[in-house]
Amino acid sequence: MAELWQLTISEASELLRRREISAVELTRAHLDRIEQVEGNVRAFVTVTEAEATREAEQVDRLRSEGAELGPLAGIPIAIKDVISTKGVRTTCSSRMLEHYTPPFDATVMNRLHDARAIMLGKTNMDEFAMGSSTENSAFFPTRNPWDLERTPGGSSGGSASAVAAGEAMAALGSDTGGSVRQPGALTNTVALKPTYGRVSRFGLIAFASSLDQIGPFTRSARDMALMMQAIAGYDRLDSTSINAPVPNYAEALTGDVKGLRIGVPSEYFVEGTEPGVRAVVEQAIETLKSLGAEVGECSLPHTRYGVAAYYIIAPAECSANLARYDGVKYGFSSKQPAGSLIDYMSETRGAGFGSEVKRRIMLGAYALSSGYYDAYYLKAEKVRTLIKRDFDSAFERFDALISPTSPSVAFKIGEKIADPYAMYLNDVFTIPANLSGICGLSMPGGFSDGLPVGVQLLGPALGEPMLLRIADAFEQATDYHKQMAATPSTKKKGRSR
Amino acid sequence: MSIDRETVEHVARLARLALSEDEREHLREQLSAILEHINVISEADTSQVAASANILPMTNVMAVDTSRPSCAPDTLLANAPAREDGYFRVRAVMDEE
Repeated sequence: MAELWQLTISEASELLRRREISAVELTRAHLDRIEQVEGNVRAFVTVTEAEATREAEQVDRLRSEGAELGPLAGIPIAIKDVISTKGVRTTCSSRMLEHYTPPFDATVMNRLHDARAIMLGKTNMDEFAMGSSTENSAFFPTRNPWDLERTPGGSSGGSASAVAAGEAMAALGSDTGGSVRQPGALTNTVALKPTYGRVSRFGLIAFASSLDQIGPFTRSARDMALMMQAIAGYDRLDSTSINAPVPNYAEALTGDVKGLRIGVPSEYFVEGTEPGVRAVVEQAIETLKSLGAEVGECSLPHTRYGVAAYYIIAPAECSANLARYDGVKYGFSSKQPAGSLIDYMSETRGAGFGSEVKRRIMLGAYALSSGYYDAYYLKAEKVRTLIKRDFDSAFERFDALISPTSPSVAFKIGEKIADPYAMYLNDVFTIPANLSGICGLSMPGGFSDGLPVGVQLLGPALGEPMLLRIADAFEQATDYHKQMAATPSTKKKGRSR
Repeated sequence: MSIDRETVEHVARLARLALSEDEREHLREQLSAILEHINVISEADTSQVAASANILPMTNVMAVDTSRPSCAPDTLLANAPAREDGYFRVRAVMDEE
């Protein structure tokens, strides 16, 4: 019999509804699982055991009183520590916010509370979401449950590892240049970056405001549909929120891809991608063809400028967004006795931020500084238009595009950290979706030498139902998404049902 | 594209970042290397396009001007490193004589 922590949300939800298990049991099973493997995985910055237990008891009480509860009621999930949680410290894995407790909830948290989902805790990340390996956390690196010597990717590495290791049934992350999809690919989870504006960013601590988007991790496309149903939708507290009706995502899962037109962008199949990754993606394309999809080649000619445009726009916006950390209203403050207010702010920021954050602030401030604005920021915003046009013309011919999510499988901790630009290239296939605002999903596509490979599906703005439909049909034909990491335990515990 | 020490110090001042001697040298090398890669962008022909700050067809959102409950001052001040009489306490803005 499967352990409770191995179930998908859809399976657990059905057992809860039939009252074969209780929300307290399900939550307890995940808290036990955390205790069992967390010493090795280190996905969480904070575990909120008491609150989770209390919320689970409440769900069981409501259910026993006959209340109509949705599919996420009693489902234990993890939240990236960049999303504001009222009364629960929210650190962004930074010394700057190590002791910061938000006085309000992000809109996604309100929505998850309304759905009666159970928050298990806050997950580790690259500091302020800047990085692709979770090694930039000011606290500790998170490890990949598939191989503890490897990173889970990043920046949402804690959320990805928590779902991959069975510590949570789903998790929320944030994706600015691939920070949900890339760790999803490296940990064999389903990971979605929704269309820019589809999910409210109110309460998401800002990194690059024109690119940031909250997205979930799950272990199936169906679970992803359930998560999106709960968090998507208009929010007047986020002025970039799209005021469009939210479709029924589960209804999109027809299991059928016959006649769908799937494009293969030739610029995403070039040198630099590991052969094992390429082989998995090519096999996935064959599988979709065999299911009746019509696959054809297409071109996104401005892809080669994507990383450069991103590493101008994102640092520029980060340098402006992170100007708020001045040691006055909240966060770390320098204890130096030094003189002026400006000295005090500079010391606070110099000591409170880690090296990658400082590097990006410097890069952004440089790109925006007098004399360089036209050559860098303005130029990058124009390139963004070109990249968006590439996608516009591709989606005239295709319902979705397919590519690798990341050029490599999970890499070793320490392997890329010394070379910032090598680390940046992890995001070469994910960045264009952020620059153009379209949606992208990474699904478990298979394995290369025992390590998971993610296959990326890209869809037009608000094309999430199409991506979920394709991912779900692929899951029906394969069992990669069902394989879970043999996460080594530090402690022998856990119960079977 | 190579960045000199003066530029690093100038940008650090703009960004309000106190950096150690080592950090400055490190950043000079790293930023120079990153900019070298980023400069590929100058090759893109953008003569026929406008800049996109926002990629979706959105217009400005006007909020209705009505009051709603907000945080109590004590709640907002709870995270402040230093406070006094219900205010954030900061260092002197003007130099004292």
